[in-house]
Amino acid sequence: MHDALLIEERPHWWSDRRAELTLGALACGVLAVVLAMLVFVVTAAWPSFAHNGLHWFGSGGNVDNQIRTIFLSGDQGGPFHWQFHAWPLLWSTILTTGAAVAISFFCSVFVALFIIEFAPSSVREILQPVIRLLASVPSVIYGLIGVLVIVPFIGNHLITQGQKQSVAYAISLNGYSLLAAVLILTVMISPIMISIFCDGLRAVPRTWVEASLGLGVNRWRTYWKIAVRTARPALIAGTVLATARALGEAVMLAMVSGSVGFAPNPLDGVIFFFEPSRPLAATIISNSEELSSPPMKHTLYAIAAVLLFSAAMLSLIGWVAKQPMKKYAVRG
Amino acid sequence: MEAGALATPPRPPRPVPAGPTWRLADRIGIALCWALGALFCAIAAAIVIFMLVQGIRYVRPSLLVTHPTAGFNETQTGGFLDPLLGTLLVAAIAIAIALPLGVATAVWLSEYGRPFALARLTESAVEMVAGTPSIVLALFGTVVFSSPALGFLSRSSGGVVFGRSFFAAGAILSLVALPLIVSSTREGLQAIPTHLREASLAVGKTRFATVRRILLPTARPSVVTGTMLGLGRVIGDTAIIVILLGATLRFNSAGHAPLLGVLKGTGSTLTSYVYQNSPSGEGNQPSKAYAAAFVLLAIVLVLNAAVEIVRRRSQVGSWNP
Repeated sequence: MHDALLIEERPHWWSDRRAELTLGALACGVLAVVLAMLVFVVTAAWPSFAHNGLHWFGSGGNVDNQIRTIFLSGDQGGPFHWQFHAWPLLWSTILTTGAAVAISFFCSVFVALFIIEFAPSSVREILQPVIRLLASVPSVIYGLIGVLVIVPFIGNHLITQGQKQSVAYAISLNGYSLLAAVLILTVMISPIMISIFCDGLRAVPRTWVEASLGLGVNRWRTYWKIAVRTARPALIAGTVLATARALGEAVMLAMVSGSVGFAPNPLDGVIFFFEPSRPLAATIISNSEELSSPPMKHTLYAIAAVLLFSAAMLSLIGWVAKQPMKKYAVRG
Repeated sequence: MEAGALATPPRPPRPVPAGPTWRLADRIGIALCWALGALFCAIAAAIVIFMLVQGIRYVRPSLLVTHPTAGFNETQTGGFLDPLLGTLLVAAIAIAIALPLGVATAVWLSEYGRPFALARLTESAVEMVAGTPSIVLALFGTVVFSSPALGFLSRSSGGVVFGRSFFAAGAILSLVALPLIVSSTREGLQAIPTHLREASLAVGKTRFATVRRILLPTARPSVVTGTMLGLGRVIGDTAIIVILLGATLRFNSAGHAPLLGVLKGTGSTLTSYVYQNSPSGEGNQPSKAYAAAFVLLAIVLVLNAAVEIVRRRSQVGSWNP
């Protein structure tokens, strides 16, 4: 953009032209790695999709047994088995991610508003660093707290003996549950949302808020109708980021979700919340020792491809949703 | 940066107290706001205090300097010296790769970005990495590092490349840190006013000299912040460690070269140590898991404090009006 200002380049070992090419090459290296990742993951995933077709996403049979059959068929070098119906895993991912994002979005909007507008300044000074800390706590620590505190509590105090016996023929209810997974996931992604929502609310032009207050609109109405609306791009950005974290969370969910390929059924009533499951990402990590078996490897890559596709779609949706809000000029 | 400036002016007067003139919906809203705010404070305090109590109960200085061993009860399993060193090693490798690459990408995107389409593509690629689950990156790493061409980076026996080593884990973890460094550096560069660039170019400096002598030093707080945030993510990642580092209890070096052998071998970090010692892992020693989690939390806390200090300091002497 400053081409007109450039004086004739001096011959120098680190000349401008060469520097630009080097920097460009490094940046394109990053691009190449990302493209390579896409190509690798999709090609490695293809055999699993090709053998199952759209049934890959459907239900049918016990998914844990299918995984074992796939692994053993590759391990013994015999004819490969490919049958894999991932619906229980998909359903578990949808349930945990969806519920956690919905709950923490609702709470985070209010908490962010509380921190920015209503909290006494001393509380705010303490809370802001605490939120940043909580947002960067490694997920394995949340998993540890979950598996040592929340899961035993649910198993011992919330689930009754009668409930355990009523489904004992199909699954064992021992506290590793949808409830625990959603609870910990909510606590884990809320700080991420809150910190981004706070940034958005803080960037709302002060004059807009003051104009509304000056017109006699009460405090709550002002913040709800002016500040929160103006900060909508930040709300979208925070939600997209938190959803991506929830979707890709593997270790923590492998620890608390129960690691059973079971699709919790909402028709079961209260027991639904206590049923174990296993999301997609947790499936990859709990079977990561079995990558040596070729069909198993392709199956795990197929799961990874689904995650990658969902993450890409997520950021695309976020981008599209932000387009009509550009006029607010509040970054998010 | 501007946010800090906006937060300081005096708050507007509050003429209308929450009273009987408010509509019910407004009163519910404000009550919900306070209730959820208080709930959040309670949860945050509970987590912090709980981890503090567990840390005081279980952390002993001797744990930090003894090697871990396999054993059946808490007295036999030793400390977590190896995971601690492994964490530092992996973080050093990841940042050594991500920092130059990230700064170069950010500088190119914000100062050059000449073939426009290519720059946009690179930008989206970096955004895409930011949204990619780390478990997917880990699986990508197993393909790359078990290819025979990269066999020199990990253990191999009889032509079969193992693909698990500190090199492999560090290289893939650098992808986790990269987007944070790029976005933070770009923000720092974009916050520098144009007249600074013009002044530098007007006195005859080349564009690269401007970048190196003027822009990067000015944007240093942003670079540092991005690096620290990236470091936090690298240290906290478990999936990549479990899949690409092997999560063996001790350093399991390949070959006899002093440092190279360790780097080519497998090992563990604090996150994988916590995972292995939780009830879901093989070790199942909750007190050791709590102690390691506390140390991990302390490292994250120090990193966060560093970010906070850099952020405060940069607001004092920055170019922002």
